Amino acid sequence: MVDDSAHSYALQMIDVNKYFGPVCALKNISFDVGSNEIVGLIGDNGAGKSTIVKILTGVFPPTSGELYIGGRKVDFRRYSVQKAHRYGIETVYQDKSLGEKQVLWRNFFIGREITLPFGFIDVKKEKEIANEIMINTIGFRGKGITVDSKVSELSGGERQGVAIGRAMHFQADLILLDEPTVALSLKEVRKVLNFVHKIKEGGRACIYISHDIHDVYEISDRFVIIDRGEIVASILKQDISLKDLDKFLLEYAHGMKDKAEDKS
Amino acid sequence: MKQRRSILATLGSIEGLPVLGILLLLYGAFLITAPSVFTKHRIYMSFLQTVPPPLVLGLGLTLVITAGEIDLSFPAVVALSGFAFSWVFTNFDTVWAPWAGVALALAAGALVGFVNGLLVAKVGVPSIMATLASQFFWYGVTILLAGGLQLNIKEVEETVMHDIFTGRIFGLIPAQALWGLGLAIFLWFILNRHTFGESIIFVGDNPNVAQVMGINVEITRIKLFTLMGVIAAFAGLLLTIEMNVFFPTQGQSFLLSAMAAVFIGGTLISGGKGSVIGTLWGSYIIGSLQAGVVATGVTSYWVQSVMGFIMILAVALNVVIGEGRLSGVSDAFRRWTSSSRSHVTKTAMETNDTAL
Repeated sequence: MVDDSAHSYALQMIDVNKYFGPVCALKNISFDVGSNEIVGLIGDNGAGKSTIVKILTGVFPPTSGELYIGGRKVDFRRYSVQKAHRYGIETVYQDKSLGEKQVLWRNFFIGREITLPFGFIDVKKEKEIANEIMINTIGFRGKGITVDSKVSELSGGERQGVAIGRAMHFQADLILLDEPTVALSLKEVRKVLNFVHKIKEGGRACIYISHDIHDVYEISDRFVIIDRGEIVASILKQDISLKDLDKFLLEYAHGMKDKAEDKS
Repeated sequence: MKQRRSILATLGSIEGLPVLGILLLLYGAFLITAPSVFTKHRIYMSFLQTVPPPLVLGLGLTLVITAGEIDLSFPAVVALSGFAFSWVFTNFDTVWAPWAGVALALAAGALVGFVNGLLVAKVGVPSIMATLASQFFWYGVTILLAGGLQLNIKEVEETVMHDIFTGRIFGLIPAQALWGLGLAIFLWFILNRHTFGESIIFVGDNPNVAQVMGINVEITRIKLFTLMGVIAAFAGLLLTIEMNVFFPTQGQSFLLSAMAAVFIGGTLISGGKGSVIGTLWGSYIIGSLQAGVVATGVTSYWVQSVMGFIMILAVALNVVIGEGRLSGVSDAFRRWTSSSRSHVTKTAMETNDTAL
């Protein structure tokens, strides 16, 4: 049964738990992402952000819980990285989205090459499309970067641009950005944030994961705050200022610390 | 706007060109130092006869190193496949015996490679250790099976198969040279124009990237080692059939020279970039040195030193002109000696945990 309300969600996660052996990494995680919403997922290192990403992208299944992508229920027994791509989920990682020594056109199509008979790659077509993505989707114009450039010749921000452009080209309805601005200079961060704006303009949804709340605040429509495997708050941007969000996170962190100290 | 590139950089970016340059320089030098030998075609025909077996090994090894792995077991496969062929050939006196021998030899190579692949990809044994152990094991098995003896297969000369593999085309050009060239072209297309090759390149570049982009890293490694086994068996066949004899130690001398040819050719030791064409020229450089140095008239004790010098020259040239980087050396060694599981870091580890 497909009801209309499901269509307005790019993603719904219901009561997801994840254990690694006896360690509980995620506890009763329930949240959703609207079809053209940018959700900032905020949490400290080890809070469970990456675990959520890996479940969503098919790297491993949760211990229990349900996942709906675009209203379709995911069967975790048959879920995989390729399947996630087919469901319209693309991920941009901080440092493992691109093969560094490889040219851009190969990076655009890695894992889903345009092939001729017998598995040979249609290089001409791949280059054409890669060029089009770079000019129209990403907006690399006259920067001396071509489809034959190597990733190692690109700046950190440009690399994320390539990865985001790739995700948009493959019709991703939901793009996960996993700490895309770590280790980037301010200027490069600005570039990445501009790419994220393009995701919103393109009518797609996005989960932006970071622990830099300044970036997250600027581009997100809503913030989901996660701590030690649990969601502790979901706040719309219009309901909170950057200052208050910052304060909230600080207080929350301190509150948890005090509690922990009380216990001991 | 087109970027300006220096002529040197453009030339260097053509696959294998710097290495071909060194090969031609080398022949040029030998033409001066040993004109009586190097102005006649016979020496070149002799290279075309002796270089193909190590060339074929180097071509397979190029793919393995591009994937960020190493295979040390191919000398044993050369011996095992030679034995398999010779055993079938001497024990069955029928028309199809040579062909059955070829089939058994290639199957034996595939088996060795497949087991290597399983050890590396599934069990997580670092490839340098898995294939070193495999080298000892299969070499030992071959000696045991052969009883330490050589097998003469002189009659193989009368078979059609002999002509196909190692005959003389127009009574002159050794057929194995064409097999080597053909395999180089075929593997160039596989590595540079086929999805399997692209998987190899990305796994070698960064297995984590390959994995999150949906490449099956394990399957790629298993297929690759199996292919290497088959290629090594083929090299063993070319060698055995050309020599008309199998001896248990055959192939042992190819270990370092095949590897040297790969690195002279410009394949990155750290993985992610491989030059099949470079290996083709690199093999001929390695294969021509001994004869050239000896023909020059200096004592053959010089051969090793000259070989070392040429290797440094070629690798340095690849670094300066091409885009190779030596910083990858320590990195590569760390990868060969670390478990392949640890280079698909946490992601895969966690997957494995949940699978268990």
